[in-house]
Amino acid sequence: MPTLLALDASSTACSVALWHQPAGREAEVVARYVEAPREHTRRLMPMIDEVLAEAGVALADLDALAYGHGPGSFTGLRIAAGTAQGLAYGLDKPLLGVSTLAALALAAHRRLHLRHVLPALDARMGEIYVGAYRCQDGDITPLGAEAVMPPERLTLPPGQEEVDWVGVGSGWTLWPSMNANLQAGVSQHLDDWQPAAEELVRLAAQRYAAGERTAPAQAQPVYLRDQVAWQKRR
Amino acid sequence: MRVLGIETSCDETGVALFDSQRGLLADALYSQVAMHADFGGVVPELASRDHTRRLLPLIDEVLGEAGLGRRDLDGIAYTAGPGLVGALMVGAATAHGMARALGIPVLGVHHMEGHLLAPMLEDEAPDFPFVALLVSGGHTQLVEVLGLGRYRLLGESVDDAAGEAFDKAAKMLGLDYPGGPHIARLAERGDPKRLRFPRPMTDRPGLDFSFSGLKTHTLTAIRQLEATGALDDQARADVARAFEEAVVDTLVIKCRRALDASGQTRLVVAGGVSANRRLRERLEHECAKRGARAYYPRGRFCTDNGAMIAYAGAQRLLAGERDAASMLAVPRWPLDHLTPPAA
Ligand SMILES: Nc1ncnc2c1ncn2[C@@H]1O[C@H](COP(=O)(O)OP(=O)(O)O)[C@@H](O)[C@H]1O
Repeated sequence: MPTLLALDASSTACSVALWHQPAGREAEVVARYVEAPREHTRRLMPMIDEVLAEAGVALADLDALAYGHGPGSFTGLRIAAGTAQGLAYGLDKPLLGVSTLAALALAAHRRLHLRHVLPALDARMGEIYVGAYRCQDGDITPLGAEAVMPPERLTLPPGQEEVDWVGVGSGWTLWPSMNANLQAGVSQHLDDWQPAAEELVRLAAQRYAAGERTAPAQAQPVYLRDQVAWQKRR
Repeated sequence: MRVLGIETSCDETGVALFDSQRGLLADALYSQVAMHADFGGVVPELASRDHTRRLLPLIDEVLGEAGLGRRDLDGIAYTAGPGLVGALMVGAATAHGMARALGIPVLGVHHMEGHLLAPMLEDEAPDFPFVALLVSGGHTQLVEVLGLGRYRLLGESVDDAAGEAFDKAAKMLGLDYPGGPHIARLAERGDPKRLRFPRPMTDRPGLDFSFSGLKTHTLTAIRQLEATGALDDQARADVARAFEEAVVDTLVIKCRRALDASGQTRLVVAGGVSANRRLRERLEHECAKRGARAYYPRGRFCTDNGAMIAYAGAQRLLAGERDAASMLAVPRWPLDHLTPPAA
C-alpha cells in the first residue's frame, strides 16, 4: 500500500489528507478541512504538518503527492500546484493532479451512496464548471469531458435522461438559471459541498496503484476557462 | 551557504543559485515579454499561469548548470513582493513546498532590495553606503542605502514610472511593447533641436518624479504634427529624441540633487531603464565631474532576475532570518519598511 499526501486550495476551503496503511491495520485516511477564504497561504503548511504528525508519517515516507488541479479559483489552484510541486520536486517523488469535480462526485457517492452525480462549481462571470460521473462500489467514471458553460446550456448526459441525477457543488446555486428539462432530471442539489483532499487522496491512491506516475513539472493546473477573460487588445 | 533564488513578481521567471563563498553559481531566466506583447502590457492571469509552467524546469536547469542536486541547497529565497499578487504566490508556494521537503530555511525577500543589491554580484561591487536610482517599468525611486535593510527613500514618482512613460510614448508612436529600447533606437535619428519637452518637477526643489504630464505633452506634440500632416518618419524620430532627452535629463538632475543632499559619492543605477545608453553617458559624465562613481549591475541583472533574489536572500538567511509557516505574497510593500536582518 502506498503512502500519499493530497492538498487542495481550489475553493474557499483548504484541505489536506494523507492516505497510508499503519502496520497491521487497514489503509486509512487522516484529513483536515477548514473553511478559510484567502487564508490558504497561511493554513496549508501547518495543516500538512498536523496530518503527518497525527499519522506518525514523515515526508520522506511518501510515495507520491497529489493536489486538486481544478477547476476552481485560479489563484487557489496555483497555490496548491506550487506547494505540491515544490514538495514533490524536493522529495523527488511523483505528483498527481486530480479533478476537483471528481472529488465532489466521489464525496457524494461515499457519503450518500449516490450513483449519478453532476458536480458543478460556480465559475463566476455567469458560468459553471461541470462534469458528469457514474459511481459504483467506490469507483467513479466520467461521462464525457468536464467543461465550462453558462448554466442555461447544461443538459443531462446523452442516453442518461431517465436516471435520477443529483447535483453537488457551488455551481448549483445557479439552479434558477438552469433549463426545465435539466431541472426535471435532477432530483436534488447540494449547493454547499466543496472539493476536499480526503477524496482527492483516495482518487490519487487508485491511480497510483494503477501505475500512474507524473513528474512534478508536468502536473499543471486544469483551468477549463482558457480564453474568455482576456480578449486581445490589439 | 548555497541559496536558490526565485523571482516571479511580474513577467519574468528567474531562478539562480548563489553560494556565499563562491559567488553566483548559475542563473536562468524565462521572459514572457513576447507573450504579453500582443496585449500591449502584462496580463496578470497569463503571467501567473506561465510562472507555474516555467518554474520547476528552470530550477532543474540551474541545479544542472551548477552540477548540484536539490539536497545540496542550504536555503531558498523568493520574491515576496511588491508585484502581481497571483504571480508572487507561485514563487512563494513553490519555495515553501520545496524548502519543507528539503528541511531547509525559506525566506521571502523584497523585490526592490534585490535590485538595490544586484551590483554586489559584480567584481567591482560598491561598498555601503550609496545612493541608488531604480528605474524600471514599475518603479522610479531614489534610495539612500546605508547597509543591508537600511534604506531611506529620497524620492519617487508620484505617478507613472519612467519605464512606463517610455512604454506609453512608444505606443503613441506605434512602436512595440516594451517600448524603451524602440524609443531609444528611433531617437538616434532624431534632431535634438527640433522639439523640447518639459523636465517635470525639476523647477522646484525635491527628489520626487512625475512623468504623466510628459506623456500628455508627447501626445499633444504628436497630434499637432499629425494635424499639419507633418508626422513623417523624421518627425517621429524627433519626438522620440525629445522625449528621451526629457526623461534622461530629469533623471540626471534628480541624481545630482540626491548625491548633493546625501553627501554620498557612489551611485548605483538599476532597473530596465538603466539599459538606456544616453542615460548612462550622462550619468557617467555627471559622476566624473564631481568625483563620484556610478555602478551598474550587468545588463541581464538590471531587469528582473533570480540572481538578485538569491543574493539578497542569502545575506538575510546567513543572518538567521527566515519565514514562519506562512507563504508571503505582498503586492504593495514600501521599501523603507524594511529593517536589517531579524533572526
Ligand atoms: N534602452 C532603454 N531605454 C529606455 N527604457 C528602457 C530601455 N530598455 C528597457 N527599458 C524599459 O525598462 C522597462 C523594463 O524594465 P524592468 O526592470 O524589467 O521593469 P519592470 O519589471 O518593473 O517592468 C520597460 O518599461 C522598458 O521600456
